[in-house]
Amino acid sequence: MGLTALSTGRGHDGGLALRPDAGQKVIALAGNPNVGKSTVFNALTGLRRHTGNWSGKTVSGALGSYVYRGKTYTLADIPGAYSLFTMSAEEEAARDFLCFGGPDAVVVVCDATCLERNLDLVLQLTELTPRVIVAVNLMDEAARKAIAVDVDALSRALGVPAVALAATEGRGLADLQEAIRTLPASPPPPRRVLYPAAVEQAAAPLAAALAAVLPSGQNARWLALRMLEENESLLAAARKAFGFDFAADARVAAALAAARRRLADAGYTVAALRDASVAALYAAAEDVCRHAVRQRPGPDRAQLKADRFLTRRGVSALTMLSLLAVVFFITIKGANVLSDGLFALLAAVGDVFSRLLTLIGAPPRLHELLIGGVWRVLAWVVSVMLPPMAVFFPLFTLLEDLGYLPRAAFCLDDPFRRCGACGKQALTMCMGFGCNAAGVTGCRIIDSPRERLIAVLTNSFVPCNGRFPLFIALLAVFSPGGTFVSALALTGVILLGALLTFGVSWLLSKTLLRGEASSLTLELPPFRRPQIGKVIVRSLLDRTVFVLGRAVTAAAPAGLIIWLAANVSVGGGTLLSAVTAALDPVGRLLGMDGVILAAFLLGIPANEIVLPLMLMAYAASGSLETVAGTAALRAILLRSGWTLRTAVCVMLFSLAHWPCATTLMTVKKETGSVKWTLAAFLIPTAAGAALCALVAFLWP
Amino acid sequence: MVSNDLLSVPAGCGAEVLALHVDGAMRRRLLDLGVTPGARVDCLFAAPSGDPVAYLIRGAVVALRNADAARISVGGAAPWA
Repeated sequence: MGLTALSTGRGHDGGLALRPDAGQKVIALAGNPNVGKSTVFNALTGLRRHTGNWSGKTVSGALGSYVYRGKTYTLADIPGAYSLFTMSAEEEAARDFLCFGGPDAVVVVCDATCLERNLDLVLQLTELTPRVIVAVNLMDEAARKAIAVDVDALSRALGVPAVALAATEGRGLADLQEAIRTLPASPPPPRRVLYPAAVEQAAAPLAAALAAVLPSGQNARWLALRMLEENESLLAAARKAFGFDFAADARVAAALAAARRRLADAGYTVAALRDASVAALYAAAEDVCRHAVRQRPGPDRAQLKADRFLTRRGVSALTMLSLLAVVFFITIKGANVLSDGLFALLAAVGDVFSRLLTLIGAPPRLHELLIGGVWRVLAWVVSVMLPPMAVFFPLFTLLEDLGYLPRAAFCLDDPFRRCGACGKQALTMCMGFGCNAAGVTGCRIIDSPRERLIAVLTNSFVPCNGRFPLFIALLAVFSPGGTFVSALALTGVILLGALLTFGVSWLLSKTLLRGEASSLTLELPPFRRPQIGKVIVRSLLDRTVFVLGRAVTAAAPAGLIIWLAANVSVGGGTLLSAVTAALDPVGRLLGMDGVILAAFLLGIPANEIVLPLMLMAYAASGSLETVAGTAALRAILLRSGWTLRTAVCVMLFSLAHWPCATTLMTVKKETGSVKWTLAAFLIPTAAGAALCALVAFLWP
Repeated sequence: MVSNDLLSVPAGCGAEVLALHVDGAMRRRLLDLGVTPGARVDCLFAAPSGDPVAYLIRGAVVALRNADAARISVGGAAPWA
């Protein structure tokens, strides 16, 4: 899950609700994490769907469709999984869909550079259903590494169709579509994974008993083996899917007891049986690879050299910080140019609107409300908030596509472990740059529930796209130096956010979420050359469209409210002045003022509107001749009594305060708990308030 | 074959997995990643602090924490050809 449209709070958790039209084939797209599954999905469906280069990016399913030879196919991109039998919440969703979702075919996308590992999942699936197609992706990468995969031999050895793909180049997609089209309704049985004789003999009678009670088309042998392995979560999902408890059937229960006795007699504990079943799968995978793959053993020397350099002591931290600083430098530089252009454009459009309203004879109050209220906030949101995102996202997406982010997580795992957390939290923090709601959903990649909760509760310490333009705008006004100093200062802000993340994670591990760090398996995919053109176009378009949409839905009504509040009189003053005056004492205590606090409160629907709302409120209390450019921003803020101290406190509070409404709702959804949602609200707020109060106290 | 744990295998060496002394979900996860008895695992490079360490497991690079690597016994550690 990356940083573009689908991960920004809009549809970041579609789930899999399959209701295709009758006659449409449903094709599930399965595979290990980071095998280019989403690239295949995008290439087939044309749906703009971001693909990233780290493990477990697809945190929830996505649906798309394509037409091939006059027939419509629904494609379900399900979360990446190493196995049907592992435990992460994310992978269980994938497993349930594959096992009981009833897809017409399962396409397993595999990585040609480590096919043997990928075949574990393939064989688990062919054991379940014969309607499997193996799509060996990254053939181009494999060729560069002198790995040769013979897909015909692979197909013969597995007993299911296999096609070769290089999805980023669009090669092999037609073959895949043809293989899907020509897959028979009941294909010949695939290669059978053979278990030790004692296991086979114990499972056979149980499978026969199950076959008598299961709905037709269900694989009794497969389920019998899972019952013997006592895979409880899978069996619970099966009971739910079939609508009855098959284990309660008298004959099944008797057969199960008999099978267990037989296994015990042969010396198989449940643990030994589970081991034996993976051993059987890998023995089969090794055998298949002997027929289909030719490669030189050992690591890729060029990749290894790069990795060894980047993980050197000193180099790794320096690389991380300088990459951030460079990204911010380019962002600030580029945003200035874009911002000035947008200001000019929007001012001109506002003028036209204004004249149109005069022309049609709109009442002055309405005219003022629409132009001074709604339009002005919209213009601020678009021209101040949009440009930094439009530059930042393509840059960050390039780092992501390059494969750098898992390296950062690798190097940061040690400090996270010391704080009782998981290194993958670094990845969820990166997702948080895009949107904290997406970051919270992304926490599903963390296996341990305790560590996942820590990552969820601390995600908003990473400033999302709705917040960091505020830093850039304020730095432009208050930073003593030029762009370079601003970029360093912004890097410092992110660093502070990271320190808060570590500190709060540590504190949580010692208090509310007491515990030690558990295990970690983190796959480091190879460095890959990013598809620069695609990245820029896709993230730019996605961001632009999304931000404009959000600006209209959140900023327009908020602008309206502020304008009304500034123009409705209560007592001696306006409603706005009454509210801000009431909040002022608290604001002052935190080094800010009532207007700022009111803007943060009104900004709960979307962080993008906080700064524009402040400016609106300040402008509403006096006449404002211009609303364009950094100079105007400086004029408004200085006139409203801002100092460097105010700016520092606003930045600190923006870095650490309540998450936006979308993020809070996502926390509620992910944790299923009001208590933890409240914690997600209070923890950053308390941290930010403490920091601000400290600054206000020490800096009179 | 002399038995040792994976943690003792230095970068630049590979070894054969003999047994996993890990239980529960992590055991299954390691097995599914291909850390099965008989599999070859190569030690590639360590994080700046020395923990975790990246290993080459069946063609893929996977990082394991030292505490977990210490519970995987291996044999026949030898430098790459």
